[in-house]
Amino acid sequence: MTERAEAIAVRDLCKRFGALEVLKGISLTAREGEVIAIIGGSGSGKSTFLRCINMLEVPSSGSVAIRGEEIALRSDRRGGLVPSDRRQVQRLRARLGMVFQSFNLWQHMTIIQNVIEAPMHVLGVPRAEAIERGEALLRRVGLFDKRDVYPAFLSGGQQQRAAIARALAIQPHAMLFDEPTSALDPELVGEVLGVIGDLAKEQRTMILVTHEMKFARDVASHIVFLAHGVIEEQGPPEQIFGDPKSELLKKFISSSH
Amino acid sequence: MTSEQRTAAPATRVELPPEESTLDATALTSLPSGRALLEPHRIALMAVGAGIVFCAAWFLRWDWLPNYAGAIVSGVGVTLLMLASTSVLGFFLAVPLGLVQVTGPWWLSLPAQGFCTIIRGTPLLLQLWLLYYGLGSLFPQFPEIRQSFLWPYLREAWPYGVAALTLSFAAYEGEVMRGAFTGVPRGELEAARAYGMSRWKLFWRIWLPRAVHRALPTLNGETVLQLKATPLVATITVIDVYAVISKVRQVTFLTYEPLLLLALIYLILTALLVAAFRYFEKRIPTRSA
Repeated sequence: MTERAEAIAVRDLCKRFGALEVLKGISLTAREGEVIAIIGGSGSGKSTFLRCINMLEVPSSGSVAIRGEEIALRSDRRGGLVPSDRRQVQRLRARLGMVFQSFNLWQHMTIIQNVIEAPMHVLGVPRAEAIERGEALLRRVGLFDKRDVYPAFLSGGQQQRAAIARALAIQPHAMLFDEPTSALDPELVGEVLGVIGDLAKEQRTMILVTHEMKFARDVASHIVFLAHGVIEEQGPPEQIFGDPKSELLKKFISSSH
Repeated sequence: MTSEQRTAAPATRVELPPEESTLDATALTSLPSGRALLEPHRIALMAVGAGIVFCAAWFLRWDWLPNYAGAIVSGVGVTLLMLASTSVLGFFLAVPLGLVQVTGPWWLSLPAQGFCTIIRGTPLLLQLWLLYYGLGSLFPQFPEIRQSFLWPYLREAWPYGVAALTLSFAAYEGEVMRGAFTGVPRGELEAARAYGMSRWKLFWRIWLPRAVHRALPTLNGETVLQLKATPLVATITVIDVYAVISKVRQVTFLTYEPLLLLALIYLILTALLVAAFRYFEKRIPTRSA
């Protein structure tokens, strides 16, 4: 079997907020079709790591490459890094579908408008085509009948499913999920996990930050356990959950059951 | 009667679709609509109102009205033109004024803040007179200005009125827009960035429409206030509806009748403004938490 191409490659990523060092040198490669779940306690830097991939947070050092293309960074006057080419970042972001913890749907647009916004106004897809694809995606996440409703009138679970449709609409090379179920009422978690689980089965490249251990175990091909800003342990789900090596991971798994 | 009122009010509130219930918060600038007009207390108040109108029409003198109808209509036109031009121009100034206070560098945000503070901290009448009697009497001393193509406009009064009202509206609205820009949830802006929008696109597609939508109820109130600031231009010889009515009072020696008519005119204009804003507010329903 040939090695699949690298979708996302992160090398020696560090991130400091002032004196606080959140990420202390993380390297991680997601190959095409891989589903990587990042687990870890709160404050372990999971979300920061995910946000560094599409430069919502700019790393303090290290590099990020999307499909082999490294994001160019240069030092700014205060000693940190900034993207040297904003256009490059925008172009790469436009093919990374991000799903946020708090949905972040644009409240002044209906659901279908949210879904077609980035395809039309960032990628330049013609309106008719964007709507046709958007409607198919809404049908898929079970929200076609809500297409003309404003986000404020939907439940959290429905909003998050709409946000997933919005992420899919840009035909992403990879999807980034930032704790997609943490802001949901317990009874709504299932519907969102169901949609994400279906996507995982399609061999989409996904990086998923989550607190849902059982879910991570079921859908992920690779689990990464972050603790105190470093990768404490990683491996296939059976190994991570069945035979954890590090003390921190053992403690974390037993406490999250 | 009171028990009827109590039972009637919740019943209508239930009938309203959810998007209309937020308008309760803007009660001062909103209008009752349709079915709500048929509530008993409203009918009673309307009867009282009709009585007053009847008395005013029957017992007071209105024979002067036909002679001045044309002047009053053109006065209303001037008032509306004043309102529309200064609100639109003022709003276009207010957007950058608010924006630089939220994201701008200090050398832009500081002057913007200073401008808003000074304009909002001094009476509009004073600003108007400073512009008209100050600048307006300074200009003719420069032959360059007197001979320039601008002079035919600069010797009129209305440019000074437009300028003063525009600056005033911009300052008040700049503060409103500053709050509105700040109030747009960061997550929505972050989502726009995460989907590859440039700063420019993010501003036009997400930030500005979202902020304007948030600011609409306040904008409505500010525009109504702006309408009622327009009579000040009568003090610098612009013939708006207020100036026309003042003239009528001087000529006819009538005290109340022209003023009552003036009040009615401003009331109608306000109602039209509120209805127009309400239409725009309803186009994107919000749900209050």
